[in-house]
Formats: sequence, structure tokens, C-alpha cells
Amino acid sequence: MAAPMDVSGENVRKFIKQGAEAKVYAENFYGRPCISKERFSKGYRHPTLDKSLTLQRLKAEIRAMSKCRNLGIPVPTLYFVDTSTSTFYMEEIVNSQTVRDYIVSIQTSDPDGAMQKLSPLAEKIGKILSKMHCGKVIHGDLTTSNMLLRGDPSDLDIVLIDFGLSFSEGLAEDKGVDLYVFERALLSTHPNTEELFKVVIEAYKKENVKESADAISKLDEVRMRGRKRTMVG
Amino acid sequence: MGRLVTGAENPTVLYVSGGNTQVIAYLQRRYRIFGETIDIAVGNCLDRFARVLKLSNDPSPGYNIEQLAKRGKKFLELPYAVKGMDVSFSGLLSYIEEKAPGLVESGEYTPEDLCFSLQETVFAMLVEITERAMAHCGSQEVMIVGGVGCNERLQQMMEVMAKERGALLYATDERFCIDNGAMIAQAGYLMYKSGQTTPLVDTWCTQRFRTDEVEVTWRD
Ligand SMILES: Nc1ncnc2c1ncn2[C@@H]1O[C@H](COP(=O)(O)OP(=O)(O)OP(=O)(O)O)[C@@H](O)[C@H]1O
Ligand SMILES: [Mg+2]
Repeated sequence: MAAPMDVSGENVRKFIKQGAEAKVYAENFYGRPCISKERFSKGYRHPTLDKSLTLQRLKAEIRAMSKCRNLGIPVPTLYFVDTSTSTFYMEEIVNSQTVRDYIVSIQTSDPDGAMQKLSPLAEKIGKILSKMHCGKVIHGDLTTSNMLLRGDPSDLDIVLIDFGLSFSEGLAEDKGVDLYVFERALLSTHPNTEELFKVVIEAYKKENVKESADAISKLDEVRMRGRKRTMVG
Repeated sequence: MGRLVTGAENPTVLYVSGGNTQVIAYLQRRYRIFGETIDIAVGNCLDRFARVLKLSNDPSPGYNIEQLAKRGKKFLELPYAVKGMDVSFSGLLSYIEEKAPGLVESGEYTPEDLCFSLQETVFAMLVEITERAMAHCGSQEVMIVGGVGCNERLQQMMEVMAKERGALLYATDERFCIDNGAMIAQAGYLMYKSGQTTPLVDTWCTQRFRTDEVEVTWRD
């Protein structure tokens, strides 16, 4: 298959963002708005490790995206994978913002009412994560930047992205750690969101009472491990 | 403390020692922990591996691993566990603890190779979570503190990462990496200057505070 860029004569690759390990571009895939994500090599890593991680993450990302799609969890549609450049092409979620930007904008415009305004969103997040974990997908990098809100924020149309650290696993320990990573990311990025995280967890439980119990007790356990660690250097 | 010695403005800090592994950045009056280990500290992981190889404790197990690693050539792929901005070392440690004796005995890998592979892997994890935190906070400065921060290979890897992102690595030298007394004195001085005082009788030392528990009154 020819590289998709060759087909559209007027494809312009627009650089969007450089994350920790990938460059993200907006372009055009046979006339559709598309996002491409290219993992680049890291000079600080041993070449063997570098190659292995880059390929592993590309594979993990596309595998989890198709799994989530089958589970009915909204993710961008995958268009094309090019292992030679460690790049994949996916649907651009147009008319969207990150959950991070949305939370920041609400917390800035209405600090006192923020908790109440953001509650339905937190509930929706809990529900999606529960569904994802029941389908044995561990995201691996849950942050508010890796969740997009499509269209009107009150529609709560959340699209999950950035599955490079994901893996397929049904163990409670992995689910607990996944939730812990999200809690830490939420609290460190958005001050005063402890209550909001509780809403996430309540909804997570409610979505699947049977399977969520173990994951949540693991979450508590992982938290305790953190607190017990002394600061003695 | 690190800021005083290096003149850095607002760096992302990797704090790595025998008991701690944290990525710290300053946001809204608190040093916030963006990443940390979810099980054992990196220094602990290195020390325990040194015991497997029966390396000496003089001057420190970590130093001896570093010296052996310099002569290692053959890279063994080890479990690599980055979870968001957190890391986990326990899986890697049990893997290498179990495999090491056999690999050395069969001559497939030398102890030098194993030290090299271990360092390359754990340091790559540390540099990666530091880079993730920098990307997350939009930070262009980075600093390493704590005992493991003395490792030259870790500093070198961090330097390469910083260069690739157009950021700056601030080095704190050995004297300050490990001198807790000087760090406490500097923190006390800054608190005093910001008007936060404690009568001498009520003043004592505790290591109990977690990095993010203390309200920072001496910075904006
Ligand atoms: N399909 C998409 N539609 C619209 N925007 C997207 C899409 N994919 C990514 N983005 C935007 O690009 C940003 C970065 O994407 P992503 O999270 O996949 O990469 P990253 O964080 O750099 O990756 P990594 O964490 O692997 O280094 C997102 O936060 C989002 O703003
Ligand atoms: Mg991301």
C-alpha cells in the first residue's frame, strides 16, 4: 500500500504537538481530517531497548484502540499503520478539547461551582473506565490530556486516546494501578479535585459492582504503599 | 536547595536515593509529585542487585555497580515498567535476581554486562518519567538530586534527553546531592525570610514530611 500522503496532492502536514515520545500532526487521509502520531527514537536509550519500546508501544496502541472499539468505548478510528516510520494515522476528533483544558476552564471561570459542574463528567469517566477494565484493557497512561471531549461538553461525549502504554490484562492489581495513575494525574494537574475523583470511583463501582470491588481494594492498597514509604533518604 | 546552587528558575526535579524515587515540579505553592515509584526505590533496587552479585559495600553498592557497568557490553533486555508518570522496579528486580546467577555461570553474560543492562534499563525508565513530567508541565529545566543522582551515566542520559527537547540540565555536585544538613539549613533560611518562624524550643528535625505535604511560603 502506498503511503497515504501520496494520494492527496494537497496534503499539508501541520505539526500540532511534541509529547514525551511522539510528534503529533494534523493532516488529511484520502480527504478526511486525520491525526498522525510518529514515535521518534530517543538518543538516551540503548538502541536495542529503544527499538523494542517504540515497536511495542505502536503495537500496544493500535491493539487497544481496536479492542476498545469492539467494547463500544469511543476511540478515534484507526486509518493506517506504518511500522517503518513508527507512525499511525487515525481519525481526527474534530470540534473537541481535552478534558484537561475543559476542567481548567471551568475551575477558572467558576471556582466555587466547579465541583458541581464537573460532577457529571467525572461520573461518565468512571463509567467508561469501568467498562474498559471489564474488557481487560489497561490504559497505562490515564490523564486528563488523554481524554477528549467531543462537541458540546454537556453531551459528555468522551473519546479516549494515547494507548501507547496499554496492555491487555484482567488482574485487579493492574486495574488498581491504572486508577491510581489517574488519581495522581488528576490531583497533580488540577488542584482540589479530591472530591471529583471520589465521583469517578463511585461511578466506576456502580457500573460493575462485581468486578470493581477487587480493583478498588487494590487501589487502596497501592495508595497505602505510597503513604507508608518513609521519606528517609 | 538545588535552585540556590544552580541558579535554575523552575526545574523539574528527579529525586533519586536509597529510599526515594520521585519526579517533582512546583505548581501553585506546593512541590507536587508528578511521578514516583509504586513499589521500591531505585537505590534499593540497585543495592539489592549488588547483593546478588556479591559486590562490596565500599564505598557504596551503587558506586560499584556503576564501575562494573562501564565495562559491560552485551545488553540483556529486562522488564520495563512505566505506568503513566510512575515507575515500578519490583518486577524487574525479581526477574534479574532469578536469572542472574544462571546467566553468569553459563558465561552468557558477565556481571559487567548485567550491571550495564540494569543501569541502562532503570535509568531509561527514570529519564522517561522525568521527560513525561516536563512535557506535561511545559518545563524546560531539569535537575537531579539524591544519592543516585551522583551516577554519571544517569546524568549523561538526562543530559541527552534535555538536549533533544531543547531543555537545560542543571547539575548539583556530590557535596549537595547528599548533604541533608545543608538542605535543611537552606529550607529553614527561606522559611525565616518569608516570615514563617518557629521558636527554637519547638524546632526539631523530622524526615516524616512527604515532599508535597509542606506548604511553600517562600516562593510565588
Ligand atoms: N484523534 C485525535 N483527534 C484530535 N486531537 C488529537 C487526537 N489525537 C491526539 N490529539 C491531540 O494531541 C495531543 C497529543 O496526543 P497523544 O496523547 O496521543 O500524544 P502524546 O501525549 O504526545 O503521546 P505520548 O504520551 O505517547 O508521548 C492530545 O492531547 C490531543 O490534544
Ligand atoms: Mg497524551
